[in-house]
Amino acid sequence: MSESSVNSGRRNFLLGATAVVGAGGVAGLAVPFVGSWSPSARALAAGAPIKVDISRLEPGEILGPIPAWRDKPVFVFRRSETMLAQLDERPERLADPASERQQQPSYAKNSTRSIRPDIAVLIGLCTHLSCSPKYRPAIEPQEFDPEWAGGFYCPCHGSKFDLAGRVYQGVPAPSNLEVPPHYYESDNVVVIGEDEGVA
Amino acid sequence: MSAIEQSFKNVMAWIDDRLPVTEAYEKHLSKYYAPKNLNIWYYFGIFSFLVLANQLLTGIWLTMSYVPTGEEAFASVEYIMRDVEYGWMLRYMHSTGASAFFVVVYLHMFRGLLYGSYQKPRELIWILGMLIYIALMAEGFFGYLLPWGNMSFWGAQVIVSLASAIPLVGEDLAIWVRGDFNMSGVTLNRFFALHVVLVPLFLLVLVVLHVLALHEVGSNNPDGVDIKKTTDDTGKPLDGMPFHPYFTIGKLPGIIIFLFLFCAVMFFYPDGGGYLIEHPNYEPADPLKTPELIAPVWYYTPFYSMLRAATFPLFGLDAKFWGLVVMAGAIILPIVLPWLDKSPVKSIRYKGMGSKVMLGLFVIAFFILGYLGTVHPTPLRTLMAQICTGIYFAYFLLMPWYTAVEKTKPVPDRVTM
Amino acid sequence: MRLILVVLALSVLPQSGFAAEVGFPLFEMTPDLEDQGSLQRGAKIYMNYCLGCHSLQYQRYKRTAEDLGVPESLMLEHLVFDPNTKIGDPIKNTISKDNAKAWFGAVPPDLTLYTQLKGGPEYLYTYLLTFYEDSQRPLGANNLVYENVGMPHALLELQGVQKKVCKQIPKLAANGGEMMDPLSQNYITEEVCGLELIERGYSPLELVENSGQLTAEGYEQVVYDLTNFLYYVGDPSRLERERTGVFVLIFLAFFFVPAYLLAREYKKEFH
Repeated sequence: MSESSVNSGRRNFLLGATAVVGAGGVAGLAVPFVGSWSPSARALAAGAPIKVDISRLEPGEILGPIPAWRDKPVFVFRRSETMLAQLDERPERLADPASERQQQPSYAKNSTRSIRPDIAVLIGLCTHLSCSPKYRPAIEPQEFDPEWAGGFYCPCHGSKFDLAGRVYQGVPAPSNLEVPPHYYESDNVVVIGEDEGVA
Repeated sequence: MSAIEQSFKNVMAWIDDRLPVTEAYEKHLSKYYAPKNLNIWYYFGIFSFLVLANQLLTGIWLTMSYVPTGEEAFASVEYIMRDVEYGWMLRYMHSTGASAFFVVVYLHMFRGLLYGSYQKPRELIWILGMLIYIALMAEGFFGYLLPWGNMSFWGAQVIVSLASAIPLVGEDLAIWVRGDFNMSGVTLNRFFALHVVLVPLFLLVLVVLHVLALHEVGSNNPDGVDIKKTTDDTGKPLDGMPFHPYFTIGKLPGIIIFLFLFCAVMFFYPDGGGYLIEHPNYEPADPLKTPELIAPVWYYTPFYSMLRAATFPLFGLDAKFWGLVVMAGAIILPIVLPWLDKSPVKSIRYKGMGSKVMLGLFVIAFFILGYLGTVHPTPLRTLMAQICTGIYFAYFLLMPWYTAVEKTKPVPDRVTM
Repeated sequence: MRLILVVLALSVLPQSGFAAEVGFPLFEMTPDLEDQGSLQRGAKIYMNYCLGCHSLQYQRYKRTAEDLGVPESLMLEHLVFDPNTKIGDPIKNTISKDNAKAWFGAVPPDLTLYTQLKGGPEYLYTYLLTFYEDSQRPLGANNLVYENVGMPHALLELQGVQKKVCKQIPKLAANGGEMMDPLSQNYITEEVCGLELIERGYSPLELVENSGQLTAEGYEQVVYDLTNFLYYVGDPSRLERERTGVFVLIFLAFFFVPAYLLAREYKKEFH
């Protein structure tokens, strides 16, 4: 083992080159393993837009059974005149009353957070840790809020949302309920899962 | 010494006091001396490590999308092949890997026969290796049922029915193994558990023991010379070099060539013309329809031929029973090989004509048996299978005789390059 | 391969009660997955003539549209006949299994993996070319590669009627050559039928002229396209796989260079 025969400059260069190319190979090998965790064609097909018929939805009612888009519950409900009237009464209780943060397509960036004032379409998962909030439409004192004005209450960690899905101040949830992309195919049919004119 | 090096040293010292990392590194890598004269036959141990890693990784990933039920299994494989991103690649890596595993393991075992690697003091390495091989056969067998294709079904059907050849308890045993009166989703589910949990655990433990036993006594080499006998002043074997970096780096080009061949098959001939993935497996398991020809995958065919070669009853027991005995015997017999070889030398290079001829015949017989297992039996083929089975057993059972009487050549003191 | 098939054909007799598959030398068929036009035509034929009975349950419309270069909207408009079908759905029909069994004697198999099952596209290609009229069969059709098949000739209106005939072909001399009349320079012929005809390299089928919408060549093209399409469906990632394979092999060859030089550098110490 003669140390003199070792050309350490050449050896280090080759070590570096082999390591770099080898690292590229490992990265390439990781592609199928990482890629296979993406939603499969079946999941994508199952997550296709859904059509919801709202013709029989009465004011104050939420559409049941709760429809699912991409396996998430979607709250579709019709707000009565009274409900609409008190939506803007106490904005100081809300964390983001004007929906400044993006949880909705641009066509829902208004005080009702909807395309049509009466119909609300919301993803029914709390923005805190993804429990599904309960629909409590009655405007009456509740255990969790003596001044309740109707909305959603999350049983997991007590987050509260109003009837436009806007989050209250002082609850764990950081932001308003998400509005999914949707449009009205006709007066009575709403397509949830894509914006108009995409498909 | 820079501050970084100093702190690294401190950390290593702290760990070494509690867990002998440096000691293990030196024992198994930097100060593990491997003979300088290792040739191409010594690649296959490393290759089997590579394939094992491939099987474990791709296997774990496949379980993420596979469904082990009679109703869903077949469709879930197609789901993997079509709907899961890169699913086809993971599946083909696994199915090609299964065959590659047996290729390298067979060659690795042949190396052992060639250079007497099973002889004292490496008997335990050989026995552990044989146990790995048997575990591997079980692993392949359980895994082959999982796609739930028609060949999966009938292949497993045939092998499980073998149990029924055992006198008295056979029928009940077969039902117990299946968990049903015929192969069914129940069988599939338990085979799945065995394939992905139990047998791999065994395999891993055995592989670790195999390597530990090897590192205790050191590698054999094509000359069968003990390199530890000739050392320099510091006790380093003159004919050895440290495993790391000289072997790890030295074997890299060979590893790349192996990967090249593996990828060539995997990307361009994943079903290997029906040898790696058999055509009848493209239709779901059908308990009412046997495929035209039931042939196991190629790596079992030598033993399958021996099973079929038993065609006559003996001692009042039927041929079916003897087929089982012959097959099981053929698989188990090599375990006692270290005590069958009476030769004073290890390597075939210095053994006599008897050993060379018998090893040659053994290899030829093994290949012929392998071929015969893939085709329909005819009277002539059955006769050939019987002859080859005889040669297979003769290689082992006559070894105490022919290795004792043959004339050997003198073994040099140092390895030859 | 062909010889083996003929031998098989002679040794395997059709079992009564079952439609037995009898060997017939298969025609050559070289699929071309790069030919999107062929695949698209094949898909169209499939949707129009085959899907009614045979599903492709593991294959999705969306994937097919992407791989065949057909826009999704065109696919839905021209190739999907059920208005409730979404682009992401598998290619399935709605035939009831009981009805199918009553009509054809067996449930028509799913064809997603059919070319794989048969070890290549040749079987299907030959099968579709060798239907012939047979009044003995309940649906009036029989097939050379699948004796007593339960399926009717679905492409009959395209191909037209084929009849199994006996033909006058040259007699073979003892030395294996074809016999010729030395005076007239004409072949001495004999009438040969069935398998013997096949073994001599002649088709035992004859097309009734103008009984189909297409010419013989036109029909062969249709069968080619259809088989090509089903070959694609059998393993839709084949093209992607082979492309990736080329890339991987080139990478490994490239990786070999520094690895080899490095290994040689370390080896020098010992020589």
